[in-house]
Amino acid sequence: MSKIESWLESNTFHHGEFWDLLALVREKERKGLTISLCIPTLNEEATIGKEIVIFKSELVDRYPLVDEIAVIDSGSTDKTRETAAAFGADVYLSSEILPGQGFKRGKGENLWKAVHQCRGDIICYVDADIKNIHPRFVYGLVAPLIHNDTIQYVKAFYDRPLAFSQGIRPSGGGRVTEILVRPLFSLFFPELTALIQPLSGEYAVRREVLEQIPFPVGYGVETSHLIDVYMKHGLDAFAQTDIDQRVHRNQATLDLGKMSFGILQSFLTRIESYGLVDKLPDMSNTFRQFQAEGNRYEQVLREIVEEERPPIITIPEYRQRYHPEADRGATKPSAAKAPLPGKPAKKPQPRG
Amino acid sequence: MLSNDVLEPIIKDLPAHREALTGLREILLANAVMCGEIPSPTFGEEALVRFLCDRFTESGLQNISTDEAGNAIALIPGGEGKRTVLVSAHVDKIWDKSIDHTVSVTPARLVGPGIADNSLGAAALASLPAVLDRLGIRLKSNLVLLGTTRSMGKGDLAGLRFFIENTKIPLHAAVCVEGIEIGRLSYASLGMIRGDISVRTEEERDWQRSNGSGAIVALNRVIDDILGIETPGRPRTAIILGSILAGNAYNVAPTKATLRFEVRSEQPGMVARIHDRIAEIVERVNAEDRVKARLDIIARRRPGGIDFSHPMVKATREIMGALGIQPKVAPSTNELSALVDKGIPGVTLGITRGEEKHSIEESVEVAPIFSGIAQLVGVLRAIDGGICDE
Repeated sequence: MSKIESWLESNTFHHGEFWDLLALVREKERKGLTISLCIPTLNEEATIGKEIVIFKSELVDRYPLVDEIAVIDSGSTDKTRETAAAFGADVYLSSEILPGQGFKRGKGENLWKAVHQCRGDIICYVDADIKNIHPRFVYGLVAPLIHNDTIQYVKAFYDRPLAFSQGIRPSGGGRVTEILVRPLFSLFFPELTALIQPLSGEYAVRREVLEQIPFPVGYGVETSHLIDVYMKHGLDAFAQTDIDQRVHRNQATLDLGKMSFGILQSFLTRIESYGLVDKLPDMSNTFRQFQAEGNRYEQVLREIVEEERPPIITIPEYRQRYHPEADRGATKPSAAKAPLPGKPAKKPQPRG
Repeated sequence: MLSNDVLEPIIKDLPAHREALTGLREILLANAVMCGEIPSPTFGEEALVRFLCDRFTESGLQNISTDEAGNAIALIPGGEGKRTVLVSAHVDKIWDKSIDHTVSVTPARLVGPGIADNSLGAAALASLPAVLDRLGIRLKSNLVLLGTTRSMGKGDLAGLRFFIENTKIPLHAAVCVEGIEIGRLSYASLGMIRGDISVRTEEERDWQRSNGSGAIVALNRVIDDILGIETPGRPRTAIILGSILAGNAYNVAPTKATLRFEVRSEQPGMVARIHDRIAEIVERVNAEDRVKARLDIIARRRPGGIDFSHPMVKATREIMGALGIQPKVAPSTNELSALVDKGIPGVTLGITRGEEKHSIEESVEVAPIFSGIAQLVGVLRAIDGGICDE
């Protein structure tokens, strides 16, 4: 049996295996684990209310699996923050977390800031644009981490609903996965192709792993996570869970182009830094698309720089909060990890 | 008077109960969303029934089961268990499986097909164990929670009827729960029949010799005659012509035409009389040359129920009043008729306000839900206290 085959056998799950939430909560408590659910948002008022209601009802009130629900927002101009707060989520503006580090716009930025803001031993990220939200999106991902100490990083994959795809039914991942990421992984990291949906926005990860890896602030964050965790810990650190269907809005092909451009930037930097290629030439940051107006074709130029946040363990505020013992002469040992669900003393105002 | 002694403490608790129920907001709304997103067309309710049974199991209820009609049934045993009260909500919706059942949630309202009729009603049923738990209420009577199938349209209350006819448990009283409208207080049922009149004619082969007859014209004669039937304004009586199905083209007279109609009346015997008149009309047209007409009655209810002055109606009105709910008292054609047939006193209550009933944009308001649930609990406590005993 090849490595991929044996991994698929042992580390690929279906959410149905974890239906017994009571047992899961007991096991989590026995191991003394805490879990933070993080939802990165930017203008998601249409779907965020339902996500919070379902998660709070099923995973906080009914079964205390999740210790905090944090919405990390990049500055929505609609009612996203208001709606999330109304249903009891802890809402943070990304720009107000680690203000000393500045603010960059992008989903990866929110995910990185979440590692500082959220207190859990496990952080579960769920995108806010899911129409058919269900508790399985969370328990299906955290369960392998609760049950198996060697698993570090659990990805979701889906059977994409036929009725909502644009014509063609993708066989595994989405379009960018099948056209870009899977070919690249096949060329450079063949074992990572075992992940059926490497770009899915739903995954649960242990803090020890998240704090040690850099975060591209934009589209490249999922791809670079996979490569970095793989290079550090190997395929066995991963697991994936079949969450059945995920219904979400479909993105226009032109937007997928931008996404692919960002992913390629992160990918190329990585194969260079891991010594898989010799030095890369200087590359342009300008992504060029064209639009037609009658017989005239017009260039649409877009500057896309896939900036990266360093591993958050290198940020002093973070070390003070989570590893005060590590910083010799640290002034405030009381800032050590507080037991959940206690909230941080200084909570950024959700609305400014 | 007994009912005052029973009612006073219940009414005093209502505001505090409503306040406490806001703590269950996410559980109530999550149940409404999940009931709303599971397709449950009449005769295809299995998935929603399974969900309800799962919820009953998680809440630690007893005797959780489904019956031959596909109803979801569970028991909350009472402290004494001398009486058993039925709480029922229909789980079927008018929507086919193929439409998008997504529910959207804002702080003010839930929007989605069937959310008012009757996902919220089913959610109230699913949440009732948690509600009683949160309010610290332990009733003396047993509660049977029943999610009924096949209630709407051609289902004709088959689920509820099956349960009532076959259950071995003597039912003391019943409360039916609908998503909307809060304040509705249905305590009696209208007499009603629903039927199809279909007319068939022979095919016209030669348009030049045709006098334009055909099934539409024949059906039109039927309709003319039906409109000639006199109906009294009081007690309220109505003949509703709901739908006509006939023909596909501009230039071909159809050979088949169907009329769907409903007759309702508050007056006993009136519906039966109108039915006989319609049957005569159909017979007459049937006797004409080259026309075949037939009448099929697909649903039938008898008028009846408890009186306006019945203590259960009075108590419900007082409970509504204490919560600032304006009662809208009216007979209806719903579940109550199945109860009336068996002599079980019952009322139908709504949980909140809603809009766009039976459209894709059907919506319910969040804020009144807590009053609606407090009202339901109040009525159950009043029944438990013995207001239906005489």
